[in-house]
Amino acid sequence: MFDLIKIWKHQGRQYIPDVLSVTLPSIHAGKPQIEAKSCKNNCKACKDICPSKAIDINPVNLDLGKCVFCGECETLCPEKKIAFTPDYKICSNDQSLLMIYEGEQREIKLNPDKIRNEIKRLFGHSLKLRLVSAGSCNGCELELNACGNVNFDMGRYGIEFLASPRHCDGVVVTGPIVENSVEALRITIEAVPHPKIFILNGVCAVSGGIFAESNAVNRSILDIYKPDLLVPGCPPHPLTFISGVLALTGRSA
Amino acid sequence: MNHVILKNSQSTAISNIPLLDYSLFYEHVLNLLKDNACHCVNYYAYKENGEQLRMICCICNDNTSGIYVFSHIYNLTSKPALESLTAVNTGMHVYEREITENFGVEFINHPWNKPVRFPTNGADKLKTADNYPFYSIKSHELHEVGVGPIHAGIIEPGHFRFICNGEKVLHLEIHLGYQHRAVEELFINKKSTFEKTILAESIAGDSVAANATIYAMLMESLGNIIISRPTSISRTIAIELERAAIHTGDLSALCTDVAYQLGSSVFQGLRTTLINTFLKWSGNRFARRLIRAGANPYPLNNELKKLILNNLESFETRFNEMADYMFNNPGVLARFEGTGILTKEQAQLINAVGMVARTCDIPRDIRSSHPYYNFNEISHKAICLDSGDVQARAMLRRLEVTQSLEYIRTLLATCDEEAATYTKEIKLMPDAFAIALTEGWRGEHCHCAVTDNKGNLKHYKIKDPSLHNWMALALVVRKNDISDFPVCNKSFDLSYCGYDL
Repeated sequence: MFDLIKIWKHQGRQYIPDVLSVTLPSIHAGKPQIEAKSCKNNCKACKDICPSKAIDINPVNLDLGKCVFCGECETLCPEKKIAFTPDYKICSNDQSLLMIYEGEQREIKLNPDKIRNEIKRLFGHSLKLRLVSAGSCNGCELELNACGNVNFDMGRYGIEFLASPRHCDGVVVTGPIVENSVEALRITIEAVPHPKIFILNGVCAVSGGIFAESNAVNRSILDIYKPDLLVPGCPPHPLTFISGVLALTGRSA
Repeated sequence: MNHVILKNSQSTAISNIPLLDYSLFYEHVLNLLKDNACHCVNYYAYKENGEQLRMICCICNDNTSGIYVFSHIYNLTSKPALESLTAVNTGMHVYEREITENFGVEFINHPWNKPVRFPTNGADKLKTADNYPFYSIKSHELHEVGVGPIHAGIIEPGHFRFICNGEKVLHLEIHLGYQHRAVEELFINKKSTFEKTILAESIAGDSVAANATIYAMLMESLGNIIISRPTSISRTIAIELERAAIHTGDLSALCTDVAYQLGSSVFQGLRTTLINTFLKWSGNRFARRLIRAGANPYPLNNELKKLILNNLESFETRFNEMADYMFNNPGVLARFEGTGILTKEQAQLINAVGMVARTCDIPRDIRSSHPYYNFNEISHKAICLDSGDVQARAMLRRLEVTQSLEYIRTLLATCDEEAATYTKEIKLMPDAFAIALTEGWRGEHCHCAVTDNKGNLKHYKIKDPSLHNWMALALVVRKNDISDFPVCNKSFDLSYCGYDL
């Protein structure tokens, strides 16, 4: 009994009171910023090193949906133009809003016109999700599991992962979507009752990431099902996922 | 000589690897494996040109820290059937299955030549994940239970087919492959050293440090680069910290599976302390960005060292008090003890590795048998338990966490500061073979690389410890209630993507 109380006391307060206003350590690789400086000698070091072809030049721009957050462009840029900030709110429902151009200063947000009306109306207080891992490396799974733990406690918003797709309101996909699991993914999405939401979590799911050119990947299912939320990151931090879902369901700006 | 002897993370000209004809190759494998100190860490084939395969076998001797490497050339035009090694040594089953699946090589008398992962470039296109040949028993009394590929929870996909007599499991067959991403092929298709580093980090997202380190070891070996002591310490610490973090998370998951809420929450919170240490070190909670071939972008400075030591201290007190309480809780012990037993004989039979072997009193551990980096100075002694049940696998995690923390402290005390260095392109030795192993938290990871005459990677082979240990899970559930399957499965926590590649 006293041992129990000691354990309880020594844990202290574990939960994060407000998941929307956390200051992560400055080294956390979140939203990148690109300064408007001119590149010298036709330098394209950032584009050349990028392992997932997320960067293009003239002007320098970075696609968050493809970025694996390795930070190598930041290290290599001779002008020190690119810097990853600890800002973890990087979800959007619009691919074009995930593009970061040099000199641009804006927060990554959802496009309100693209949020279907029923999402806010029906899922604003309770949202049950089914995860399907379609070629993921287990990194995204670890972080999605962490979303429900004592620190992030996503359950307080009524957001939970459940076992049966029949009991769920939506599907979250991780991994680049590989041939061998595409049928299982299709059946799962079909099994969720209407109206349903569809979330792509992690760079592999959003764009294929470093596996985009693999023969084992088959993303044709995305021609049929359109994502309601894109969650960049490798793997996305739990706060990224939670803040994105809260924004989608109308519980934050 | 029938083999060349290499050390961990050593490379050699491919011409130094003896070529044996199959009958000699077969005899030699079986002869070496007669010694209990020897186990096969890799046996695979790759296409040398259109007409022939080179089969390479790597056998580790745990007493001498040598790795015996030898090969055989197989003619793809005449396609002779080969005598199966599995028929004599069960532990070879998955290697031969993989060779059959990839290239259509027939092994005579292989008792269980089933598909491994349904790769995109497999030999038989008719074999797909939908028509896996499950073992079945015709009986009115027995029933089958199919679970997956999509499981109840946030977990990767795989299909489990049980044959049960009432609540008792008679047989379990595990069908994987749903996560196949063609990782080995991508190692060849991607060109730069750096791109491949990122790929190595993504082989298994829970063993980032272990896999990224082996890739770095191979590239440095083939590129003739010697890394500094602080760099090697940094990588050794990363692997040990990863072990402590994932083991703690697994203790939480084990508690969840036996409905012990306190342990479940507390160990989750404790794991956060450890992975957030990685976050402050390299900017990622799972050790991504930290390990780079030939470089050390995040060297340990005094500030970081202090941070790590503080975090370990805060972690360890709380970890010990929770673990003491949990391992004395009758409710937990009742579910753990005697559940899912793997015997020492079974473990030896299936070539079990890593913590699964160590819970069956087999001291198999690359850190002591084939030490890498700073394990040459730490005389690591593998912790062994002998009950082989869920309790042993939980307890081993607890003991290994403590041991890893100890190593991290010892290494930090002798680590000098160095300036950060960054990735550059590494030029590899042409026509060479290299092998490297690390002991990740699951067990031994082994990668082998072969280069062509221009020094480009020609073939890259990855072996995750799960390749062996999945069979252990299939065996332990026999004679257990099917309701104990989740806790058995969690007690192994095997990798789907590491197996499916």
